[in-house]
Amino acid sequence: MTAVSTVRKARGSRLRVGDNLVPWLLPLLILGGWQIAAMVGLFPARMLPAPTSIVAAGYRLLGTGELQQNIWVSFWRAAVGFLIGGGIGFALGLANGLSNLSARMTDTTLQMIRNIPHLALIPLVILWFGIDEAAKLFLVAFGVFFPIYLNTFHGVRGVDPQLVEMGRIYGMNPARLFWRVIFPGALPSIFVGLRFALGIMWLTLIVAETIAASSGLGYMAMQAREFMRTDVVMLSILIYALLGKLADLCAGLLERLTLSWHPAFQGG
Amino acid sequence: MQEAPPVHPMADGIANRTSGTVGGTALSLRGLQKRFGETQAMRGVDLDIPSGQFVAVVGRSGSGKSTMLRLIAGLEVPDAGTIAFDGVRGERGGDLRMMFQEPRLLPWARVLANVEVGIRDADKLRAGALAGEVLREVGLESKQNEWPAALSGGQRQRVALARALVSRPRLLLLDEPLGALDALTRLSMQVLLTQAWSRLGFTAILVTHDVTEAVALADRVLIIEDGRIVQDVAVREARPRTRGSPTLATIENSILEELLTEEI
Repeated sequence: MTAVSTVRKARGSRLRVGDNLVPWLLPLLILGGWQIAAMVGLFPARMLPAPTSIVAAGYRLLGTGELQQNIWVSFWRAAVGFLIGGGIGFALGLANGLSNLSARMTDTTLQMIRNIPHLALIPLVILWFGIDEAAKLFLVAFGVFFPIYLNTFHGVRGVDPQLVEMGRIYGMNPARLFWRVIFPGALPSIFVGLRFALGIMWLTLIVAETIAASSGLGYMAMQAREFMRTDVVMLSILIYALLGKLADLCAGLLERLTLSWHPAFQGG
Repeated sequence: MQEAPPVHPMADGIANRTSGTVGGTALSLRGLQKRFGETQAMRGVDLDIPSGQFVAVVGRSGSGKSTMLRLIAGLEVPDAGTIAFDGVRGERGGDLRMMFQEPRLLPWARVLANVEVGIRDADKLRAGALAGEVLREVGLESKQNEWPAALSGGQRQRVALARALVSRPRLLLLDEPLGALDALTRLSMQVLLTQAWSRLGFTAILVTHDVTEAVALADRVLIIEDGRIVQDVAVREARPRTRGSPTLATIENSILEELLTEEI
């Protein structure tokens, strides 16, 4: 134990840098193997282009402004759809969590709708909205709604009733009871919903953009397929992965900021 | 019990009840009844508690002692009967505070903020100062910026006591607040509680299953059985009380005997 800790202390800073690199070792290794395999000609460039040619494609599309334009369009759709669906889900989750009357009126209906796979609505959505922005926003909002709704609902319902009782007897009015006791108590569960929703948000958007769009990353990939530009197809897939990771990082950061009281987030 | 009992600095005594005293609520219960489904938890309780008295309520599990406390607190509504506070029916106001068996601290609020929960609206401007002061009284001033999760069970219950005392209540209801603590922590909590009671002069009602504790702390011990008060025992021992003194031991034994006969 002591020997190990001395060694650790001696190489403290270098070790910490090394620790941060560990998660990236595997992706780098795969990337390297892929590059070599492509250069050796293990598979045709039409099927799987080398990483370098994907980077080159990205550089070329950045030059024409096409890439930024499409990323921006996709990001905007994701964000707006998320805000609409998440906002409604959050509000309904709170309402049904706090009020039995509200829950009895709406929960059964919502549970029925929840069982419809939202991507099955694509044909209907195209009939209703064409391939307009509204179609994509509707699908994203619809997909995002349920994880946020369910987790907010259960978060509010799961708040320790003993704490609520304490708040009442200590003279908290309903507003203060909500902000001091119920909302913070429901927050961990709300964050679980947020993370699920972020995943569904990208998934929905990719599918919607590949099927019914005239702009955006998914459209860019479909166009590239028409012209057998595998490098551009791969590029859009990689950008989706990066955007997904970015959204998750933001959620994680928010979680650490607001849940610092939680034992799971202490000392880390 | 053979060795010389350590002197227990229970209270500063009635003489010290001078400045800062806010007095206690006088309580009057009449014909109180409460039923939970098939169980009749309260069968017509009549009780008068004068201002500033320390009352302990003992009884076996399910005897109705907690129900009585929750009825007084307003957490349950009686099926019949009335509760008057200082002669006024049903007006609890902000003078009532309660401690539970669990500390019930907000895990997402630091210690100081948890104590501030107990502060009345009128004192909001001085909240930080008041909370800091009462934390000093319970000996936890250095912990004011900690999360409750970082405290021991005894420390959490001390924070809960600070939260109850910070508004200088006139009626303190205690629902087995020391029940989950280890023996030593329990003794030091008893000292804190008696000191606060002596200084502030509130009326205290302590529900407990520990007869020794009831006799050591209270002016009066009520035995509740099957939803009724079956005995009302005065404890006239002066404070500070000596643990295990002959008078207290006699009272404790008679109460235990009463509780044990009921069991048969």
